[in-house]
Amino acid sequence: MVLLYIILIPMFGALLSWLASARNIALCRWIALVSLLCGLLLVTVLWVSNAADPTPAGHWMYNWQQPWIPHFGISLHLAMDGLSLVMLALTFFLGALSVLISWREIKFKIGFFHFNLLFVIAGIAGVFLTMDLFLFYFFWEVMLIPMYFLIGIWGHERREYAAYKFFIFTQAGGLLMLLAILGLYFIHGANTGVYTFDYFYLLNTPMERAVAQWLMLGFLVAFVVKLPAIPFHTWLPDAHTEAPTAGSVVLAGLLLKTGAYGILRFVLPLFPAASHDFAPWAMLLGVAGILYGGQLAYSQPDLKRLIAYTSVSHMGFVLLGAFAFNELAYKGVVMQMIAHGISTGALFMIAGALYERMHTRELSRMGGLWPAMPAMGTVTMIFVMASLGLPGLGNFVAEFMILLGSWQANHIMTILATIGLVIATVYSLRIMQKVFFGQSERQYALPDLGLREWLIMAPLVVVILWLGVYPQTVLGTITNYELRITTFSAPHVPQAESSGRVVPVSDSSFVINHAP
Amino acid sequence: MLFLIPALPFFSALVLILAGRSLNKAAVSVIACGSMGIAAAITLVLGLPFLQSGEHIIVQHLWTWMQAGSFTAGIDLRLDALSLAFVFVITFVGFLIHVYSTGYMAEDADYSRFFACMNLFVGAMLLLVLADNLLLLYFGWEGVGLCSYLLIGFWYKDPANGYAARKAFIVTRVGDTAMAIALFMLFQYTGTLQIQQILDQAPQLWAAGNSTIVLIAFLLLGGAVGKSAQLPLQTWLPDAMAGPTPVSALIHAATMVTAGVYLIARTHVLFELAPAAQTGVAVIGAVTLLLAGCSALVQTDIKRVLAYSTISQIGYMFLALGVGAWSAAIFHFVTHAFFKALLFMGAGAVIVAMHHEQDMFKMGGLRKQLPAVFWVFLIGSASLSAIPFITSGFYSKDQIVWLAWSSVHGHTFYWIAAITGAFLTAMYTFRMVFLTFYGPKASHHTPHAPGNSMMIPLYILALCSTLAGFVELPHTMGHVTLFSDWLQHILPAVQLQQESTALEWTSQLLAAGLTFLGIYIAWVWVIERPDGMLRFSQMPFMRWLRKLWFSGWAFDALYDEMLVHPFVRTARMNRRDMIDRIYTTLARITEWLHNMLARTQSGLLRWYIMGVVLGAVVILSVLIWRVYV
Repeated sequence: MVLLYIILIPMFGALLSWLASARNIALCRWIALVSLLCGLLLVTVLWVSNAADPTPAGHWMYNWQQPWIPHFGISLHLAMDGLSLVMLALTFFLGALSVLISWREIKFKIGFFHFNLLFVIAGIAGVFLTMDLFLFYFFWEVMLIPMYFLIGIWGHERREYAAYKFFIFTQAGGLLMLLAILGLYFIHGANTGVYTFDYFYLLNTPMERAVAQWLMLGFLVAFVVKLPAIPFHTWLPDAHTEAPTAGSVVLAGLLLKTGAYGILRFVLPLFPAASHDFAPWAMLLGVAGILYGGQLAYSQPDLKRLIAYTSVSHMGFVLLGAFAFNELAYKGVVMQMIAHGISTGALFMIAGALYERMHTRELSRMGGLWPAMPAMGTVTMIFVMASLGLPGLGNFVAEFMILLGSWQANHIMTILATIGLVIATVYSLRIMQKVFFGQSERQYALPDLGLREWLIMAPLVVVILWLGVYPQTVLGTITNYELRITTFSAPHVPQAESSGRVVPVSDSSFVINHAP
Repeated sequence: MLFLIPALPFFSALVLILAGRSLNKAAVSVIACGSMGIAAAITLVLGLPFLQSGEHIIVQHLWTWMQAGSFTAGIDLRLDALSLAFVFVITFVGFLIHVYSTGYMAEDADYSRFFACMNLFVGAMLLLVLADNLLLLYFGWEGVGLCSYLLIGFWYKDPANGYAARKAFIVTRVGDTAMAIALFMLFQYTGTLQIQQILDQAPQLWAAGNSTIVLIAFLLLGGAVGKSAQLPLQTWLPDAMAGPTPVSALIHAATMVTAGVYLIARTHVLFELAPAAQTGVAVIGAVTLLLAGCSALVQTDIKRVLAYSTISQIGYMFLALGVGAWSAAIFHFVTHAFFKALLFMGAGAVIVAMHHEQDMFKMGGLRKQLPAVFWVFLIGSASLSAIPFITSGFYSKDQIVWLAWSSVHGHTFYWIAAITGAFLTAMYTFRMVFLTFYGPKASHHTPHAPGNSMMIPLYILALCSTLAGFVELPHTMGHVTLFSDWLQHILPAVQLQQESTALEWTSQLLAAGLTFLGIYIAWVWVIERPDGMLRFSQMPFMRWLRKLWFSGWAFDALYDEMLVHPFVRTARMNRRDMIDRIYTTLARITEWLHNMLARTQSGLLRWYIMGVVLGAVVILSVLIWRVYV
């Protein structure tokens, strides 16, 4: 049940804050904030209690199932392992901060804004928890529509264009995924007689190789669009740039991660052999994203657009690591999801704070801001360094582990990706130079970080440093994920009677059984 | 206790970042210098047992940093004789530089930011040399890169400083990339990044000359040349003097540029297994020391002369590493740290006295006005140009010159390069001394003498630059080998191909003679007949050569053309993302089709009838065609 609460809390928060907005705007903001903090607290409690009593690797920490449409084998099936746990923690953490960052920025339709924001969060939480593919598709869409409103209503100048583009891209990918889900459903049903959308039943569906490849591509396209990898990335710079700050933070920090999560949770375990065949191409896409995104980031004149393209570059590492098929790279990928969520989220918040002060995103109109805002400069420096992968900050741990792992899989791709670190240096340092260093051309009245902004920035800085020097907090939590990786890392898994059968042991936990 | 050595500077940096703006300058100085002083004191305490024997080792495990599958890297520190030599220089010279900075930066508005960065710099460097595994070493390695960026661009208002700072970070990062790949390979083959385990396993894993180990060693060398500003990644260092002078002293003497020397010495086992890479180290050292020496000869900016001289002196260290004279390289590192810190801070004293004038041609005659600075600067210069017997630079450099030829890996070419370098060094050093302190007064400024906080570190360093040499004397003069014996447990002794006292004497005398010749030529050039030299340097070929040397052999222009411009040009061209074009074109075609079709819905009946008739005709024709043909 506790898993259901994780999804329901932001949903109720969404409704309540919308209702409250009719009477009291401040109350509406507070309800939104408190409900997300409750969610964060709940997840933290779950994390701490599981860290204190480590279950044997392979266990699911929580599992909850209720029939929904039994006729079609659809159920409300939620389950949580370490991967879901850390992603949920990130979701509520960034979610609460995005309410705070919108405190002054959003000035109209405040109730509806918070309704949408919290509904996106609820959708994301659902995505990270569902173990039923039909329900998964449902939450996938739940994320999409409120996000469309967030961009389209509260965005900047070209918000409608950006919102449409975002919607069409993700929707096209989503529909392909729906086709693949249905295909998988019928194939599994035809072969075993059990028609079900349940993830654990579908895990070892026997099928022909060519069919598996097509289905795998169907899933992959949806996730790769979301991630995004080139050549499907072009919705991202527009959406990130035009969205309000909270929208950009949720997009970069969380929505992109659902793509990465989907690859780890669905593409690789459902279609191990097909993924393995496709791995070189996926890695190539990843590396191309790292280099191409990096170069585009360097050339952008718009601060938010620059940060948006750095996401393309950083998410390339996710694709590279996910298809390296070893544990080091996998853990690196999860670290990258967390660290990139924090660091890029923070950079978007800084861009938002600058926009609030200067009403521009143009780099050419900034410069020389350090004397006026040394504290913001210092914080920006930390996240810029995180973005270029400086050791001591979370992103380094992630990128190094990914590269170390992918080296075992493919030398040339790894070398190219490592060169991407030099490009990351080039574009990251450009941010500092253009915004904070040099001479200030015009005299803005610029206050440094205020109390509310400190409340936002301080936790982000602490977390990114913590991830950099003690990443074991996350790496230790996701240990149970590796078990399944090792079972499908062999290039040609014999499908029918192979590894990784899921046997329900009790109503609250699942064990992954390595049958010989 | 060991962890306190890097932790103290880090902690002090943290305090200064968080609370720096609310502290007054005195408090900032106490925190910054105090942490450095305590770290230096702890180093001395921990170093005492090492005096009895170089075998002593202290290892400290702090916590597990990353662990995944079989991969583990800890925050583990390890102090042995080699790291102790580095830690001692870093904390001790670093402390003196900090004290000096309290005077040098006294007027600066960003006082606490400066010291926060300086502390961070020292902390990162300490982490680098104390790291027990290569990943932690890489942590310090990159941290040093960050701090160099922060400090070179310290005066951020001038975009040129920002450019120099970015250049330093990016160029060294190119080397770091090579090093990162070396780490990937080492992990692939040895399954660990722990340095001692790698060094123990390497001889079993690879035969000497095995292509894998050669590749690994070359990649490590790539990292080393980046940080140590050796060919072909030396271009960042001359620009790095954009930062405040104490920063240059820190970069050139105690931190940063010596990191490459440390890395190669630390992984010497790998280089011994890879003769090709070791030869590469020696050749790079020999060539770099000559190229940089030539460039130093024609500079006008006093700090630029010193910058090129650092590149050249690190070249000597690389040469020593390349011929297997490991301890000679470390010995030269120690003496170089003393006299180069002395020279930079001496130059800083001159620059402050001259109201931030750095052009040597606008100085002159300062000997009378700044006698104390003159004397310490002269001691440093004497050490740099290796004046026999009385300077530490003589003993350390002389050892390298001799071993460049007599070691089993030695070669006549190396020896010629080293001895030519000695000649160049003497010439450019004393050209600098004469231009700055001798001759007519060139400026109308009245220089003001620096205060005690700046002068006392200089006196101490002057003393060290003289005395440090006596711990290691050549065969021909007393044969003291305290330093190399002490390091012997970590770094094997150099193997000689022949020992000949007569040849050693010849080499030493020749080197000494060339040094004095260099000083004499500098004297003639600057003091005796400046007009003649001017005419000589105005000859067409000389002008071309001068320009080439002045620009550091035009490496900057080359890299700009080859790498920077193409990258920037394609980035600008593709600013709007050509892939997006595909989608927008698709959208435009759809829209166009929509417009075309929309036009058919004109509401005019005759057009609709026309359409129906035309459609019928087409369908009928097709039917007839299919039936009858």
